[in-house]
Amino acid sequence: MAELLTKFPRRRTVLLASLLAVGMTATACSAPGEDRSSTQQSDAAVKTELGSDPITLEMYAETGFPLAKALADEFSKQHSNVTFTIREDQFTVIVENAPRVIASDNAPDIIRLPTMVDLVKDDLLKNLDPYFTAYGWDKFPASQLMQLRVGDNTRGTGSLYGMGLGYSVTGVFYNKKLATQIGMTQPPATVADFEQLLAKAKTSGIQPIMQFNKNTAGINFPHQALQNQFGDPTQVADWIFQKPGATFDTPAALKATQTIQKWAQAGYFPKDANALDYAGMVGEFQKGNGLFMFNGDWESANLDKAMPGNVGFFLFPTESPGGKHVAMSAPNTFGVSAKAKNPDAAAYFLNWVHTNAKAREISVTVGGSSPGGPSDLPVPAAAPNTVLAETLKASQQLGAENGAVDFTANATGGIFAAAITPELQKLVAGQQTPEGYVKAVQAEYAKELSR
Amino acid sequence: MLPALVMYAVFVLRPLVLTLQYSLYDWNGIGVARWVGLDNYLTVFTDSDLLKIIGNAVVLIVFFSFIPVALGLLVASMVRRITTGAFGTVVRTILFLPQVIPLVAAGIAWSWLLSSNGLVNQVLRAVGLGGVTRAWLGDFDTALPAVGVIGAWVLLGLCTILLVTGMSKIDPGLYEAARLDGAGPVREFFAVTLPSLRQEIGVCLTVTIIAALASFDIVYISTSGGPGLQTTVPGLEIYRLAFSQRQVGLASALAVVLMLLVLACVLPIQRLTRGEKP
Repeated sequence: MAELLTKFPRRRTVLLASLLAVGMTATACSAPGEDRSSTQQSDAAVKTELGSDPITLEMYAETGFPLAKALADEFSKQHSNVTFTIREDQFTVIVENAPRVIASDNAPDIIRLPTMVDLVKDDLLKNLDPYFTAYGWDKFPASQLMQLRVGDNTRGTGSLYGMGLGYSVTGVFYNKKLATQIGMTQPPATVADFEQLLAKAKTSGIQPIMQFNKNTAGINFPHQALQNQFGDPTQVADWIFQKPGATFDTPAALKATQTIQKWAQAGYFPKDANALDYAGMVGEFQKGNGLFMFNGDWESANLDKAMPGNVGFFLFPTESPGGKHVAMSAPNTFGVSAKAKNPDAAAYFLNWVHTNAKAREISVTVGGSSPGGPSDLPVPAAAPNTVLAETLKASQQLGAENGAVDFTANATGGIFAAAITPELQKLVAGQQTPEGYVKAVQAEYAKELSR
Repeated sequence: MLPALVMYAVFVLRPLVLTLQYSLYDWNGIGVARWVGLDNYLTVFTDSDLLKIIGNAVVLIVFFSFIPVALGLLVASMVRRITTGAFGTVVRTILFLPQVIPLVAAGIAWSWLLSSNGLVNQVLRAVGLGGVTRAWLGDFDTALPAVGVIGAWVLLGLCTILLVTGMSKIDPGLYEAARLDGAGPVREFFAVTLPSLRQEIGVCLTVTIIAALASFDIVYISTSGGPGLQTTVPGLEIYRLAFSQRQVGLASALAVVLMLLVLACVLPIQRLTRGEKP
């Protein structure tokens, strides 16, 4: 190897340089990327009939979440002419791959979507408005599909570009045995009550909150739960939807950050939170190491299996007694590629997921989440005395109180990795101030929007 | 010759040229790119986060390169005499083992060892050093050195084996002459061993410095660049910029800068160590 590296002849270096130069001039003529904005989608006629011709639907779904596959299997059982080809990847891989996969010539029909605005801007997603009209999705509660609308580079209003395979709700799971030990007989009614429970757990030698903060900032769950309560949640939603003028630098966000700092200093989070990943957190919580865990209903079925009868759930309490609950809640978003070969069948499937009784049952039992759909359809029941039943109830309560907001982590494509995660890691380690945190997150947000 | 050149052109030269081209654009990887000239390079050299990230890679050189080479020299001179026979084979195999283990597996195993209840902390508690235990990979002060230790462990075997091989080629007469002149083991090392190993040390430094500057696997698995930006390295940031933040232009510019940094570190070493053996 020494020979190879040391005796690289000079004239070959010259040759290499000239090859590079030729390559440069050959490629420099045209800018990379392709302009798709002129390719108008024809929204003319959509079919709401499946027909009987054989159809293969290509689906790109998330590994570790068996719901999509379970629904596809049931759909094929009911409609024998439809088969599915399912490609699965981890969510982070989908985040990285989605744009290129949808832009490719063999784009999947149905795809799990991480973000939408960028994809819509690049004309990669099918506008579902014609299906909305054809299938009468106006009978769904409007708030259910709000997060899936994109118009004028902002989310929350405009045309529909996705549907949920289940609609998740987040809140606080608690270990019932540990709760009894510190005398917690019912879920806390206010943030102050919750903080009292944290203090009591700490003095009893119980880890108050089991939360991960490695890879991605799990402490953003409690942060946003507080932020939702300390101000007007529409402020939070506007920021996530990129409404003009929206900012993260608000008194509510600052107060939430100060509270998180206080909790970190008090030892309410695990000392090694910055070295603990999501799977580690769930494992520790299941082992009984932690009274509370901020998480979502996608973990319900799993927790029921691991600690049957010993786990409860509540929506994060309000700041003042009797206030309105607000919780992060998001659809398990799937969209249809602009290049899909069978967009009508894909939309038929998405409608079926929301309205077919068997499909709705699968959404609950396999996905652990509310199936969404028209408000007049009954929500399938979960087994009694399970945390799944509790999260379902919480989901309905949140719907009734109209308190669902999206995750701040979804505000832009890079905000979670580039700002929230590293800055929250600094905050809980005492390397960042609350003021510095809200400013850093807003700065990254502004930077991304300016591109 | 020609098929090799075609492969080289398609899989090395073309991506290299494209990276250079992309680095001059503001591009999200899909839509239309916008020509921005050298703006991306300006960002690389002025953004405090990106400079810190490049600095992290430079710090890793100490752990990935200097420590394995220094320790490798020490270990090699100790095992030099036992390189033959069955025992020698066992020693060489054990030393080389970390090099065979996939970096991802090494990263996972070490993140268990270094976790707050991992073996490292258990041992520390057992010997009464419970006060210094911490989540080594999650602590702002220790995360980067902890990642460095993983790299040192991986690369020590490679360096040792290369150096042992180099030592076996040294003329035994030189040692005999040194001993006749009354040199002890230390003097022998500096007068005979070290000068004779100049080329091998050059190779070790080259390979390990590249491993430090272009590190990705170990960091991605053990810390994902956290906490904060304490262990984020250029390789990881290039990947994030290109694939999660979709700033292909800036990612390409950082990649070009990384390539130049590697060349700037490695070429002088090549020059210094290429001379004739004494």
